[in-house]
Amino acid sequence: MHRYLPHTPDDIEQMLSRCGMKSLDELYADVPEEFRSKCPHSDARPASDPEIRRVFDELGARNRRLTCFAGGGYYDHFTPAVIPSLLQRSEFLTAYTPYQPEISQGTLQYIFEYQSMMASLTGMEVSNASMYDGTTATAEAMLMAVAASRKRNRVLISQTVNPAVRRVVATYAHYHGVQLDEIPEENGVTSRAALDRMLADGDVAGVIVATPNYYGILEDYTGWADACHAAKALLIMNCVAADLAAIRTPGEWGADIAVGDAQSLGMPLHYGGPYLGFLCASKALIRKMPGRIVGATTDADGRRVFVLTLQAREQHIRRDKATSNICSNQGLMALHTVIYLSLLGSVGLREAADQGAAGAHYLASQLEATGAVRLTYPEQPFLNEFAVTCSFPVDRLMTLAIENEIFCGIRLDDHRLLIAVTEQRTRQEMDRLVELVKTAAAE
Amino acid sequence: MNREYYGKLIFELSRQGRRGAIVPDNGCPSAPKLPDHLVRAEAPELPEVDEPTVVRHYTNMSNNNFGVDTGFYPLGSCTMKYNPKINEEMAQHHAFSGLHPAQPAGTVQGALELYVRLSEELCRVCGMAEFTLNPFAGAHGELTGLMVIRAYHESRGDTKRNKVIVPDSAHGTNPASAAVAGMKVVEVKSLPDGTVDIEALRPLLDDTVAAMMMTNPNTAGIFEHSVKEIAAMVHDCGGLMYYDGANLNPMLGVARPGDMGFDVMHVNLHKTFSTPHGGGGPGAGPVGVRKGLEQFLPSPRVMRDADGNYTIECPEEALGSISATLGNYAVLMRAYSYLLSLGGEGLRLAGPLASLNANYVKESLKHLYKLPLHGVCKHEFVFDGLADKSTGVTTLNVAKRLLDYGFHAPTIYFPLLFHESLMIEPTETESKETLDRFIEVMEMIAHEAAETPDLVKGAPVNTPISRPDDTAAALNPVVTFADLKAACND
Repeated sequence: MHRYLPHTPDDIEQMLSRCGMKSLDELYADVPEEFRSKCPHSDARPASDPEIRRVFDELGARNRRLTCFAGGGYYDHFTPAVIPSLLQRSEFLTAYTPYQPEISQGTLQYIFEYQSMMASLTGMEVSNASMYDGTTATAEAMLMAVAASRKRNRVLISQTVNPAVRRVVATYAHYHGVQLDEIPEENGVTSRAALDRMLADGDVAGVIVATPNYYGILEDYTGWADACHAAKALLIMNCVAADLAAIRTPGEWGADIAVGDAQSLGMPLHYGGPYLGFLCASKALIRKMPGRIVGATTDADGRRVFVLTLQAREQHIRRDKATSNICSNQGLMALHTVIYLSLLGSVGLREAADQGAAGAHYLASQLEATGAVRLTYPEQPFLNEFAVTCSFPVDRLMTLAIENEIFCGIRLDDHRLLIAVTEQRTRQEMDRLVELVKTAAAE
Repeated sequence: MNREYYGKLIFELSRQGRRGAIVPDNGCPSAPKLPDHLVRAEAPELPEVDEPTVVRHYTNMSNNNFGVDTGFYPLGSCTMKYNPKINEEMAQHHAFSGLHPAQPAGTVQGALELYVRLSEELCRVCGMAEFTLNPFAGAHGELTGLMVIRAYHESRGDTKRNKVIVPDSAHGTNPASAAVAGMKVVEVKSLPDGTVDIEALRPLLDDTVAAMMMTNPNTAGIFEHSVKEIAAMVHDCGGLMYYDGANLNPMLGVARPGDMGFDVMHVNLHKTFSTPHGGGGPGAGPVGVRKGLEQFLPSPRVMRDADGNYTIECPEEALGSISATLGNYAVLMRAYSYLLSLGGEGLRLAGPLASLNANYVKESLKHLYKLPLHGVCKHEFVFDGLADKSTGVTTLNVAKRLLDYGFHAPTIYFPLLFHESLMIEPTETESKETLDRFIEVMEMIAHEAAETPDLVKGAPVNTPISRPDDTAAALNPVVTFADLKAACND
């Protein structure tokens, strides 16, 4: 018998007999034969662990592990060893959504801790229990703004928001019937004049901007929240979670909703996931939030306990009246997030951000010193990610760097490259990249 | 359980000056100071804790949780099967874990091949032409699938189709996904046997129908025997058939949605393909389509060029993007590992043994619990509460009493077809001994309900906490540590 299936032939016979049957086939007597005959049968042998390892080793050998100077929303931060170890606790890993609070306090409590930490990190009042990723969280924030406005159906998004986020938001907008307009970019930042013009139409439900923006620039949003609120629009800020240790928060800018990806909180890159989307908001919007929310209460014996709350917002209650279809959250990655934030604390988180910033500014100055590369937006402040314009084709550097086991950044166009530095990059690695730039420029 | 001593929040273990991680030092000079107005004014309120404290805190918290590895978890429509450990090992494989999603395709050929192999396996199992593995969850898959359907109709200039027909037994995400996809939901009634009422369906079919969503077997565990006729009717009026893969497990190796007439479907890798539920995620909801609909699948897509190399493409006709990346990749790795470990034998037996387990439990308990739908079920079935309604013991009471006996509760008050729904899905990885013990406990609870009903109504009593006050939680939401402190100071 197969290793995951405990049934002995005797068991099967006895169980069938209880059901008044003689063969497993009878369980499917109501399934038309024409369907059954079409189902192909594989004669592949069930693989043993060593055989499975071999398959993954062989596939893995065709991947190139590169020293990562790429960001673009996903960053090569370090993962403390504690996290994978605790995430493998079966009681967390193999549980479902905490529908039975009496035997799910572990999950419920870490979600409560997660909500507390994310609200504080973003400077907002409340957080939901997490979303799939940063792109879908931003799309959900758009839907939330439209639902909260009741009558308005137009949302603005800055061209400086990560294009991957904009693509997903645009897809949701297209199918949901939201009019999504882009606020143009000027010299790497969002045009304030354009925003004011568009808000003046009086039909905008929400405005989506980013901090840092796609180019790593910290835009000055002074007065933006007031302008949005005067026009009865919500300000939605997409942000890189880890950077919030250092930079002005959505809460401090007066945003109504903070969204983004928490991958930067030490989640392995894992070729695209799983990551975690966060969605935080002002308390006034709590009943408009998508997804799960955990709240504190007391049990029959007066103990402080945690439960899923405000469920009347959710899809299983509202069905076709729902403004979000999200069912699960990103549970285990929320656990990752609380453990990461607990281990680093505000001091460690700030140190990691500062290390990245120090490395990025060092690398930027060394690259400029080559004379072959200049900062694309030299006047704009940045933390740990910046765009450069090269005197040579970016593809030439990309190829050369890969030959040297380095992923030099995200290609913006033929001559522009987006480079990110985290606390994991050593000075030696940065100097090596600078040498490669010199070589590429000389070719 | 250790609640009294270890029941604190991590914030309550914080002491100024403690730290749980050392950040590497790259030796670069500090970056120039940012202008004041771009800097965070106050540090976030995060705990200051040492590493051993963190490890003990979360380890103790895990003790207040129940998972598949802890015990029997017969949660209907959730397919809480065993999550193999080899999958976990493979998901951490060092040759995959450090790959950046924007790496050029030439540097991730192994990762792309795994994506394609898993997609091809799902096509074989489901009878579809192509799968995208990008959607992050089942509900996300539904939304993606409905977008595929809308993109298909739009490509034909057929813009008036905005109606989605959904059976009244459907999962709540079905109508919600349709609403988010900008479509109008029309419900179709079920017959007394739980299957779709074809006569009620007929008048709903016109040239505004975009799709009909079904799960088969349905949420009552009943195989929709008229599925072929329903598909023909929907196709005749120009609509497409959508298969909600939440209940795919019993059909593994038996019959395929593609052969039943479905055009678009999603599967839940965290249900049928054994990836762990993780307390609510991360999951994965790959979407499959029949031949002729591939071009509408979301970007990015993995393709193969003339030399056999994998490339990443964003085709013109695609519905758009529903993710930045190729999905929850580490979840895909687990599912591929699972399929390798199942082999032909495991795949052929998983569905039938899941159905056997469900029928065995049903037949053993139907004298004590009300069975509204008779006949053979598939992977799950529904009781409408206790057979004896005179005791006043409800489905909620039964569910809570099960916790006292060390079992997770079934899904309750769903499907909406019955007042006291108790939806049981044992899955194929449970042994006869486990099921016998569950049956015995369910019998005991039925007897307790008759003899000592207050005992059942007062359950649970053996769990780490007793019944929480949900009403108070909703009335005055306390959703952060800051709220909690404010509430204590009131």
